Amino acid sequence: MAYSEKVIDHYQNPKNVGTLDKSSKNVGTGLVGAPECGDVMRLQIEVDDATGMITDAKFKTFGCGSAIASSSLATEWLKGKSIDEALTVDNMDFVEELNLPPVKIHCSVLAEDAIKAAINDYRVKNGMDSIKFEESVVH
Amino acid sequence: MLKLPIYLDNNATTPMDPRVLEAMTPYFLEHFGNAASRNHPFGWEAEEAVDYAREQVAKLIGADPKEIIFTSGATEGDNLAIKGIFEMYASKGNHIITATTEHKAVLDTCKHIEKAGGEVTYLKVKPDGLIDLNELEAAIRPTTILIAIMYANNEIGTVQPISAISAIAKKHGVLLFTDAVQAVGKIPVDVNKDGIDLMAFTAHKMYGPKGVGALYVRRKNPRVKVTAQMDGGGHERGMRSGTLNVPGIVGFGKACEICMQDMEADTKRISKLRDKLETELMKLEEAYINGSTEHRLPHVTNISFKHVEGEGLLMGFNKNIALSSGSACTSASLEPSYVLKALGLGDDLAHSSLRFGLGRFTNEEQIDYTIKAISETVLKLRDMSPLWEMYKEGIDLSKIEWAAH
Repeated sequence: MAYSEKVIDHYQNPKNVGTLDKSSKNVGTGLVGAPECGDVMRLQIEVDDATGMITDAKFKTFGCGSAIASSSLATEWLKGKSIDEALTVDNMDFVEELNLPPVKIHCSVLAEDAIKAAINDYRVKNGMDSIKFEESVVH
Repeated sequence: MLKLPIYLDNNATTPMDPRVLEAMTPYFLEHFGNAASRNHPFGWEAEEAVDYAREQVAKLIGADPKEIIFTSGATEGDNLAIKGIFEMYASKGNHIITATTEHKAVLDTCKHIEKAGGEVTYLKVKPDGLIDLNELEAAIRPTTILIAIMYANNEIGTVQPISAISAIAKKHGVLLFTDAVQAVGKIPVDVNKDGIDLMAFTAHKMYGPKGVGALYVRRKNPRVKVTAQMDGGGHERGMRSGTLNVPGIVGFGKACEICMQDMEADTKRISKLRDKLETELMKLEEAYINGSTEHRLPHVTNISFKHVEGEGLLMGFNKNIALSSGSACTSASLEPSYVLKALGLGDDLAHSSLRFGLGRFTNEEQIDYTIKAISETVLKLRDMSPLWEMYKEGIDLSKIEWAAH
């Protein structure tokens, strides 16, 4: 199966690989997927308390090229967005941007879930309720 | 000069040896006759060529030429052997014994047998990939008609103890069929020394053309018969109708002759390269060889690199190195290799595996390049892997409650 050029580019030059201090109050961490399924994504966001803006985002991903590309792209999209804007990112946005084939849709779902999980982690840490999301339907 | 891409997927198929192509060419052009045309020189030439190839094929496996049934490949051979025995020996019984690590062509044929009213026992394998001979013997029933165990596995290269298996089969009057696709031409296979009653193999795994294979069917001690699965002109002693693929058969014969002549030298050279590749890659942390290293084909190794996903790993170099992975990330089921799982590997290690199949045309320069490319990619992806980071922090990954996906 041939990968799209954008997937290859993210795979070869991933953006924002790394780790933020997960104990920091300003950092939200989302860890989604499972080793058994062949992909695990960890997405972290750093949020400015005063403005509610995402000032930094990092990822580490165990998975195929599409999973790596989706998480790399997620960090790029998140930086500079407000939490509310970040919540509007949809898995189909990844599918379109990266030209993911149907068999790789789960990678995009995982990326969306990782964003939501990171936001919820940040909210809970800062005394807010976690948002209940509808279950992913793809898996 | 190193030429890219490098081909290390010889268990999937092998390139054709130029000597094979040379032998085949006249049979596409001037000698195009139908081997069944008995009344003119075109038919005679074709028949003569098929007879000669039949001898070349038989010689490689220590058989009589009359025991060779030409097929379209090993999938057909597997089907013809299993279904053909099931139908031919229906009055004797309906039970077949096979193993969970067999090729799909055997497993799916066995599923077909079950639907047709047969009974099948699927033996588990030990962590090294070998079947347990005691379990095999214990599985034999009065109704058992066939044991179907592969000679060597296509994913991990594990070589089963075929002689010991045939001794058990003989003791209980059960026939032994072996899918020997990966073994014939690579290691010495002798149907008499090994006590094999039926054996499927194919040309394109031994530097011959695609679309041609053979089923060995024993004619003496005991005389074995299979019910034909295709009706027609009664070719191949009534067991396999269909006009013979003369150029393919000629190529198959030549491929067998070359394998016989070069096997010792090839094995010596290729196993040395395989060992170098394996030794160097095993220097990486958390790398594991899958399957027996003692009972194994000389040109195969299967290695898992923990905390790196196989398909992601392949992507790091698959423009330049052709390999396959036990990760089934591309399949909708997301199920990793059933062979690796049968060894007892966790899904995580099964997802992290690479299969290397070296061959006659593999050279040291290619192996050196491969060692470097894979080592670099593993390190790069581990830097990017949350599992590797957790492992390094001493976190027990099995204790984490993963979000069920």
